[in-house]
Amino acid sequence: MTEKPRMRRGMEVPRAKMPERDPQERACDFQEVPLGFTPLQAMLEASRCLLCQKEPCRLGCPVGVPIKDFMIAVASADFMGALRIIRDANSLPAICGRVCPQEDQCEKLCGLTKKFGSVSIGYLERFVADKEMENGNLEVPEIAPPSGRKVAIVGSGPAGLTCAGELAKLGQAVTIFEALHVAGGVLMYGIPEFRLPKKIVQREIDYLKKLGVKFELDTLVGRTLTIPELFAEGYDAIFIGTGAGLPVFMNVPGENLNGVYSANEFLTRVNLMKAYDFPNYDTPVMRGQKVAVIGGGNTAMDAVRCALRLGAKQAMIVYRRSAEGMPARKDEIHHAQAEGIIFHYLTAPVKILGNGDGWVTGLECQRMALGEPDSSGRRRPVPSPDSNFVLEVDTVVIAIGTTANPIIPHTTPGLGTNRWGYILADPETGATNIPGVYAGGDIVTGSATVILAAGAGKRSAQAIHKYLTELKESKVETVTA
Amino acid sequence: MPEILEKKTLAPKIHQFKFYAPRIVKKAKPGQFVILRANEYAERIPMSIAGLDKQKGTLTIVVLEVGKSTAFLGSLETGDVILDLFGPLGQPTEMGNFGTVVCVGGGIGIAPLYPLIEGFKSFGNKVITIIGARSQNLLIKEKELGSVSDEIICTTDDGSYGMKGLVTDALAYVLEKEKVGLVMAVGPVVMMRAVSDLTKTYAVKTMVSLNPIMVDGTGMCGGCRVVVDGKNQFACVDGPDFDGHQVDFENLLMRQRAYQIQEKNSYESYQCKVLNSVKVV
Repeated sequence: MTEKPRMRRGMEVPRAKMPERDPQERACDFQEVPLGFTPLQAMLEASRCLLCQKEPCRLGCPVGVPIKDFMIAVASADFMGALRIIRDANSLPAICGRVCPQEDQCEKLCGLTKKFGSVSIGYLERFVADKEMENGNLEVPEIAPPSGRKVAIVGSGPAGLTCAGELAKLGQAVTIFEALHVAGGVLMYGIPEFRLPKKIVQREIDYLKKLGVKFELDTLVGRTLTIPELFAEGYDAIFIGTGAGLPVFMNVPGENLNGVYSANEFLTRVNLMKAYDFPNYDTPVMRGQKVAVIGGGNTAMDAVRCALRLGAKQAMIVYRRSAEGMPARKDEIHHAQAEGIIFHYLTAPVKILGNGDGWVTGLECQRMALGEPDSSGRRRPVPSPDSNFVLEVDTVVIAIGTTANPIIPHTTPGLGTNRWGYILADPETGATNIPGVYAGGDIVTGSATVILAAGAGKRSAQAIHKYLTELKESKVETVTA
Repeated sequence: MPEILEKKTLAPKIHQFKFYAPRIVKKAKPGQFVILRANEYAERIPMSIAGLDKQKGTLTIVVLEVGKSTAFLGSLETGDVILDLFGPLGQPTEMGNFGTVVCVGGGIGIAPLYPLIEGFKSFGNKVITIIGARSQNLLIKEKELGSVSDEIICTTDDGSYGMKGLVTDALAYVLEKEKVGLVMAVGPVVMMRAVSDLTKTYAVKTMVSLNPIMVDGTGMCGGCRVVVDGKNQFACVDGPDFDGHQVDFENLLMRQRAYQIQEKNSYESYQCKVLNSVKVV
């Protein structure tokens, strides 16, 4: 495009609305909810960008995508150019465009946010990534000549995939070890199809394969192989991106009744094992009529909307804080509300009730009131006396968080962890206390977001590349000396 | 993809499979388990390791057809491949010298005793093995286990072979006449509960190998949680062996019934399909 697009239309053109499938229709299946922009919608939306000199949006992005440049490219109809700009900073645009909490990051700092509504940066990221998929061809960037070094990456979630992609481009031989039978980690087993179609994740994995990355599935590092054994097998560096995989339970009576799930189990059955298609697929899941999901994060929204799609007459969120305290993406809360999810705010479970045969029949809760702000800055919920009541439910899904899986620390002598079992790693490089071992994502920070994990994977890739380059030089030195 | 090197049908609906899986075998220890997935539609099924050949890199498992996924597995033959074989998982059985060890196996739980007996023998224990089944035709592995044990006692519910009665009857007899340092029980939950109840009265340390409903086998889903000494433990990473005197067997039995109806329906419709496809042929 030679013609300069007309920009800075944010005050005259309203923020574009993402076209979505009808809530009634979409609540019955697992197909994606937002339909995506048309090219004209995308160009018009991008032209709203004010081209702020300080680029506050970019500062809000955990991986520093040059958003202004990408807006200009989209407005000029140079969609592939826009994608290249994003990919330089973020190797998972189709995924991040869908699952990033943009309203707390780039879009929050957009100059238009307060008065006119920010530029729809997330929707546009999604648009250009999808455009490439429509065109069919995956653009493979230039790959540096092989370095002769081998890197093992443990875990194929957003941190591992990003780290692998960056290292492969730098000429390192990369192998990803994944415990499950498919690659993708939480992107595959956790986030449902209607929010992140699995073919999009698969495409990112295929892209890495094109870069030369190898995948070893069904391999649990810590059991099938250990970190010291990976070094013995000839790997020069290792990146641990295993996520925070262990589910947290509430420790209330009744948690072991039939019909009580951790969100991990419920979502894994539905997404990874395709229990929504039982009995075509062999793995079952309880199709509750009245389902309570406990928690207010994205995982809770995913679980409750899955329960609805599995046929629940009443699917509800039980959350101990108020609506403002919910950590879930705004889009997902809106989608859930439109689909008819019931929200019980300021409500905390105290007991799960069951019948004589061991099945869930209800959830005893108590009302909460907001007290003084806690360490997170949100007002702490405190129980209201004598406010107990029972929600009649047959299924309970606990989505209150996850914690570190101890398998790798337990089988890696000397690996430093904090008192919650998360791996101690330098925030800039991901370096652990063992030379050549790096870690990033939820296994370092605790449960966070896809983009933060991807950012950590990227920073570690750069640090690992530097480490391997210096390793080479130092080895050469010892030989000549 | 893991290939079936050898399939043997040991009893009606009970099949033994041998896989070449050098990486798993190299690390596997007695008491651990693997997860396998036969085809794209199948469940991830946890299976106790019933044999390890460290030299040849082969691994043996024994499958009882109880549902659709296991029935499909049962239909496979030597030379067929499965999609996934994953492990070794869980903690190995705690080995050591206990003096006399009684290994108790019931039904399909007889199969994984072999590597356990070998292990206990290598620590200098005297091993008495007790195996039981409903009837003679379901009693597997007597010769094999007998060859590595100091003594073997067989029981059948109907008296068609060995001692008429339950494994606990034989165990009571052994506990009366010998000083036993450890009882290791593998089998149906009701059997492991009965064994634990019995040994409690003799104050003999008892370990049971639990096989609750499980999905990933890595500690991620928590579906395999069992109550041990009043606290939740994950059988896949903390187990599968637990102190039988501390296990809440009632909760375990209840949780094992979670999908009874779905599994029955799915198995029946699978059997219908198989029957129909046979007719077409």
